[in-house]
Amino acid sequence: MSLLELRGLGGGYGQVEVLRDLNLTVDEGEVVVILGANGAGKTTTLRAISGLLDRVSGDVFFDASAITNKAAQAIAQAGISHVPQGRGTFGDLTVDENLRIGAITRKDGGVESDLARWYEMFPRLAERRTQAAGSMSGGEQQMLAIARALMARPRILLLDEPSLGLAPLITKEVFERLGEINKEDGLAMLVVEQNASLALAIADRGCVLETGSIVASGPASQLMADETVRKAYLGF
Amino acid sequence: MELFIDQVLNGIGRGAVYASVGLALVIIYRTTGLLNFAQGEMALFSTFVTWWLTDQGLGIVPAIIGSVVFSVIAGAVIERLLIRPVESAHSPLNVVIVTLGMFLAINALAQLIFIKPGQEALQMPSPFPSGELVGIPKQTIGLVLVLVLECALLWVLLQRTKLGLSLRAVASNPDSARLVGINTGVMLMVGWGLAAGLGAIAGSLVASQSSGFDTSLMQGILVYSFAGAALGGFDSPLGAVVGGLIVGVAEALTYQYGPEIGLGGIELVVPLGLILVVLLVRPNGLFGRTIVERV
Repeated sequence: MSLLELRGLGGGYGQVEVLRDLNLTVDEGEVVVILGANGAGKTTTLRAISGLLDRVSGDVFFDASAITNKAAQAIAQAGISHVPQGRGTFGDLTVDENLRIGAITRKDGGVESDLARWYEMFPRLAERRTQAAGSMSGGEQQMLAIARALMARPRILLLDEPSLGLAPLITKEVFERLGEINKEDGLAMLVVEQNASLALAIADRGCVLETGSIVASGPASQLMADETVRKAYLGF
Repeated sequence: MELFIDQVLNGIGRGAVYASVGLALVIIYRTTGLLNFAQGEMALFSTFVTWWLTDQGLGIVPAIIGSVVFSVIAGAVIERLLIRPVESAHSPLNVVIVTLGMFLAINALAQLIFIKPGQEALQMPSPFPSGELVGIPKQTIGLVLVLVLECALLWVLLQRTKLGLSLRAVASNPDSARLVGINTGVMLMVGWGLAAGLGAIAGSLVASQSSGFDTSLMQGILVYSFAGAALGGFDSPLGAVVGGLIVGVAEALTYQYGPEIGLGGIELVVPLGLILVVLLVRPNGLFGRTIVERV
């Protein structure tokens, strides 16, 4: 069985149904990218997985157990780290505190060595260790949000538009780091991204979301070659 | 000059109480984003619990400790049973209305439980010795020491423990706190419990300073504490302390010198005038943070 499996997922906000019979799997160590236009339900899909959506129907399986409708903190503790859109850093806490909060539910003794590791991978964060997170640039905050999510030692990382509002060069760096982490740790990732070519470059598979369901999916290389996908999401 | 110094010391003693209640207000404001109008009456009820324990023969210090324990639990229970059910509703005003209702209900409940018909004002023994030390009343020194101790413990809790980090995370960004696995509900209960415990200390001490107390004990104090917290900046514990002390001293000095310049009875107005001026110049208070959103 896959690490993460969405089966017939539905749900939305208030009376509005955003997701409709959505099926998706992410295997151990796999990077899957969700492409789709604004309003297709990409963010809602991630929120449904991590327990931030009020109303969810269908099934979410993680590591062979059902986590549908569990509380967000329980899902996080089970090993799903969600980097939300807009980064969700704790703006008035320091960089160091933000990272420690990421590991707050861990009971093992590896927190300090993990801190050292992510500071090494993101040297800008090490320089700004004692600075309030909210005072950093968007790119730095995105790195911080990713590092914080990694501090939990998750089994899977959910990333919502990591490139949003970032300069192209920074976006490129963010995806390079994500690719490295996936290779080194074999960490599974489910990435929602507008910048399709950068995301597909580090992905194993991609799928296209339209009005709340998956309409196409396949290996990343195949999607990159697909004429309709290229026209709609890659822009060439 | 001696009179002036006496009044300043007197004001610092009063201000220490405003600061304690202000700290309680700030803790709840920081963790839940709302003003707890019932903070004073919660402290009043705790004060009666302290008094009841002394009436049972307990010493004043163990009685205050017992009352703090009771208040921490009661504060957490109030959050869970009265605040949370309305908080998920759509308007933040709902919670404000609930705290206003609690203001009246807790006061009435204290009256019902603790005051027998025809009873004189109750007496609270003081935990501090009488007399002076280098010209400063020991009562004032005691009040300030308690405040310093409260601040130190609160600082250690918030800055040096995992629990404190979780509390600050919930205050800073509740959704993200849930995403890292923090049980935000438990943290809100802890916040309310802490605030109620601080209120218990402040109420018991202020009652011990007065010749007698009844159910109106905390009403003026709540207003001055709100004033102090607003002056210092509602999101800053340090601001609540400094603001509370400033309001206390301003009140005492006005009380002393107001009548001399033909403005007797104006002491209620002065702290509020002070706040108006400060907030005109610094809308976030003396120590409040300006929220800068970067996108």
